[in-house]
Amino acid sequence: MENQTLIQTRIVELIRTVAGKPVNPSPGESLFESGLLDSFTLTDLVAAIESEFSIRIPDSDLTPRKFDSVARIQSYIQSKS
Amino acid sequence: MAYLRGFGCCLPSRVVDNPELGALVGVDPAWILRATGIEQRRYAAPEDTVASLGAKAGADCLQAAGLRAGDVGLLIAASGSGERRFPGPAAAIGRALGMGGVPAIDLPMASAGSLFGMSLAARLSRDYGNVLVVASEIMSRVVRCTPAGRDTAILFGDGAGACLVSAESGFAEIADSLLCSDGEFGGALRLDLDSPVHMEGRTIILQSARKIPRTILELLQRNQLQPANVDTFLMHQANLNLIVRVAQALSVSESRFFRNIARYGNTSSASMLIAATEWRRERGQLAGPVVFAAFGAGLHWGALLAT
Repeated sequence: MENQTLIQTRIVELIRTVAGKPVNPSPGESLFESGLLDSFTLTDLVAAIESEFSIRIPDSDLTPRKFDSVARIQSYIQSKS
Repeated sequence: MAYLRGFGCCLPSRVVDNPELGALVGVDPAWILRATGIEQRRYAAPEDTVASLGAKAGADCLQAAGLRAGDVGLLIAASGSGERRFPGPAAAIGRALGMGGVPAIDLPMASAGSLFGMSLAARLSRDYGNVLVVASEIMSRVVRCTPAGRDTAILFGDGAGACLVSAESGFAEIADSLLCSDGEFGGALRLDLDSPVHMEGRTIILQSARKIPRTILELLQRNQLQPANVDTFLMHQANLNLIVRVAQALSVSESRFFRNIARYGNTSSASMLIAATEWRRERGQLAGPVVFAAFGAGLHWGALLAT
């Protein structure tokens, strides 16, 4: 399995891209509560995750809870691997 | 065969702009515009009802279609904000239009109700002839204009739209439609009894940003068309940022999407027909295929192709 730190680094880079800011969220930090993502940048992030990690996220998984932090995103990606 | 023959609408006269609403819900008016693309919305007068707005939209539509109430064989009325559990507004709208005795069907469906109504009308017109589809909403009475209700209050407005679907003639043929429903996220956007409207915005945006373009593409592909072939997209005016995302997903210019959300906000099921009314008045004759699309509580969503 890919190094967890590397996965987190790739996720943070995606967040920086969609947020358009040089942010550095901690793994457990809520991306919504901290204002890093809104409803629309979340849709961009989901698309970016699919592309970056070559996974297909089904509609049933499209809930904000799964993408609320770097740690949750990492957990989701690993569950799909 | 079924045809689009006319559109109509009714918009209450009271304008509520972002400075007025922002003061009530405790947000910067400029933030409302950035988050939604909405500059102002209309609020119904105390004496207005879902049925009274719907009847006015229906009358406007009949005039645009060059028909009289007696020419209509069926009425379909969509609304998610009716004042009572039953009866819905359909029969009252029919009565107000002078259609006593004409069957009137309620679609208790917000947002996508007008699209579902149009699709059903296209099929039912074979038996009923001219079908009047009305969508009417008074959303201002189901939101809270307080800081606690901020996220929904900034979005919604009141109004009604209507569409006349004819089995005989019109300015465009309804070529196909695709309707979808899935209750998995039904709780994410709902209006419970005696409660204000509840919306989990992030879930709704995630779902709609995926489902709307996919459905439009499926509809176009089975009709041997591509998004680039479409002259105009008439989409439920839910949020300007969502419309932009859908345009991007389809790789077409935002300018292909008719938009009037800045002036009226999200009028739920009525919005697509209000937009269609203004589009028709501005554009006149059809210049190419038109795609209608809507998404909303249920979840219900779909698209309709007119050529």
